[in-house]
Amino acid sequence: MAPLRKPKLAVWKFASCDGCQLSLLDCEDEILALADTIDIAHFPEFSRRVTRGRYDLSLVEGSITTTHDRTRIQDIRRRSKKLVTIGACATAGGIQALRNGRNLTEFISVVYAHPEYIDALATSTPISDHVKVDFELRGCPIDKAQLLETILAFLHGRRPSISTTSVCTECKARGTVCIMTAKGAPCLGPVTHAGCGAICPAYDRACYGCFGPMESPNTTSLAKQWSALGAPRDQIARAFSTFNVAAPAFEKTARAHADKDN
Amino acid sequence: MGGTEADIDDFGGAFTLQRADFQALLDALSKLGYDIIAPTMKDGAIVYGAIRAVEELPIGWTDDQGPGRYRLSKRLDGALFGYAVGPHSWKKYLHPPERELWRAKRNGNAVTFKTKPPDKQKRAFLGVRACEIAAIDIQSRVFVDDLYSDESYETRRRNTMVIAVNCSSPAETCFCTSMDTGPAVSGGYDLLITEVVEENAHVFVMKAASNAGQAVLAQLPLKTASPADVASSRAVIRGAEQAISRTMDTEGLRELLQENPEHPQWDDVASRCLSCTNCTAVCPTCFCTTVADHTGLSGEESRRLQTWDSCFSGAFSELSGGSVRQSTKSRYRQWMTHKLSTWIDQFGASGCVGCGRCIAWCPVGIDITAEVTSLRAKPKKEA
Ligand code: SF4
Ligand code: SF4
Ligand code: SF4
Ligand code: SF4
Repeated sequence: MAPLRKPKLAVWKFASCDGCQLSLLDCEDEILALADTIDIAHFPEFSRRVTRGRYDLSLVEGSITTTHDRTRIQDIRRRSKKLVTIGACATAGGIQALRNGRNLTEFISVVYAHPEYIDALATSTPISDHVKVDFELRGCPIDKAQLLETILAFLHGRRPSISTTSVCTECKARGTVCIMTAKGAPCLGPVTHAGCGAICPAYDRACYGCFGPMESPNTTSLAKQWSALGAPRDQIARAFSTFNVAAPAFEKTARAHADKDN
Repeated sequence: MGGTEADIDDFGGAFTLQRADFQALLDALSKLGYDIIAPTMKDGAIVYGAIRAVEELPIGWTDDQGPGRYRLSKRLDGALFGYAVGPHSWKKYLHPPERELWRAKRNGNAVTFKTKPPDKQKRAFLGVRACEIAAIDIQSRVFVDDLYSDESYETRRRNTMVIAVNCSSPAETCFCTSMDTGPAVSGGYDLLITEVVEENAHVFVMKAASNAGQAVLAQLPLKTASPADVASSRAVIRGAEQAISRTMDTEGLRELLQENPEHPQWDDVASRCLSCTNCTAVCPTCFCTTVADHTGLSGEESRRLQTWDSCFSGAFSELSGGSVRQSTKSRYRQWMTHKLSTWIDQFGASGCVGCGRCIAWCPVGIDITAEVTSLRAKPKKEA
């Protein structure tokens, strides 16, 4: 079924590390086949050829951290039929959202030699705080199979087949022994969105929540169990303060366990 | 299941196999074309996996289990089966977590469908416990003995030899005695093993209950079981029965659950429950699945996969307009009410066999037996 006109795909970068876009480039075998079906119209990491105008699907990486980007995302939304955010920065604000509610001027003065060149917003916010988002793909970085599934789903006009349950679901499907119950490891898997294939527990490493909150995250109950297993308060606060710190369920529990002066 | 002699499986026609000859059993199974699936140690737990040598069994190990907790420890003896059930169940093989239902390919205007031939590999499950036989029976009731029969499940079940083991070392989480499923095996097996470890003896008292089981026994260096061997086997079973301390009061449980959908205990458990799905994944009777189509890049081919699903997920109850069970409260209530109550209406028996897996493998240690007790303590909520 060759469509009359190849759908146009655009990939955009905001405040981010490029890792999620690299996941698309990492689809080495698939990306050429993909280029047969769709017109990769704007993806500077992939090709210098840039087609202006309107796009059928825009993939947006990164969070909004400057006034310029706040305007730019509005323009991209206007020119995109469907807009999908890719990764923790675009979906939740990213690690850079650690600055939210803290003193940005002080951070800038400590980090940059010439603070006067820096023009940044006080907060790092997800794309959905600014424009309507059609689908949010999780992960830091995203999973390439999920990315392909999402692109294909939008191409074929169906909903992406992406589970919103916990990482535990994937752990059990692959037969991994639960490291929380069998070893007392502080694992974020039960409150974390599936999608990675439960990689960390398979390598004896507790899930650190890079996919952000799952559909019904009971972070309060999990934090209580971590305490019972011996995790100190600051460890709990830190565990919930990474790539998805600005996701409400994680932020709430991070705050509840933070020291008063923070 | 009480502890009287009459309840214990009849040991007439039993034989003994010496510990030193146990490898002969594995060799005989391999020779007869079976893949041997047995308990084996991996990542700090006893799981089920393919083995060929007796050394791959958890020799001299046992498990220490509690709500949200599982640890291995050394036994004082060299028992091969001195532990209870772990995180895996046999459903991993009979009802796998993922299965391709079909593939479709477009050729011009035609679409062709292909299904994989049913998996006919002969498997011997070695070390199946009484509660697990009950669980296999329950899933067979669901998948085979109903209006529609799942050919794929039925083929795998038919090609499976069940080598049961009477439990000697129940875990703190076991409550088969309450559910009338164990610890003594009574039927549903091809071969039954009782492991007897004594001061100067380590033998396996064995019995066949099918031609397939008989064919295996015929290959082994056996001796007819002596009255002393039979007495020792009975002692093992009685010891296991006495070691089980956990209980679930099932009297009127079906009604209790159906009459108390608004009991305050549901809010209480929902405040602890993570809706993580672990309990349903480890439960040997939970059978729910979902299907999803996976299209290829060209849009010319598609695969339909069946994967385990859980009543703790939102998508599980999604109809047009959203998920019917939005709250964790409604999901836990659904799970427990189905398992212990409406399962009886649907399939004629409880959906719980008392294996305790959901207790041990719940990351926050939610204990279904304790939940039943709490529901009984404060019956109907006042209107
Ligand atoms: S290891 Fe972590 S992700 Fe896996 S089942 Fe246990 S708690 Fe869940
Ligand atoms: S009862 Fe336990 S294992 Fe089951 S969904 Fe709730 S937290 Fe997870
Ligand atoms: S509900 Fe729990 S105890 Fe009962 S069969 Fe399932 S996992 Fe075992
Ligand atoms: S529940 Fe009973 S039959 Fe099952 S492992 Fe425990 S003691 Fe054995």
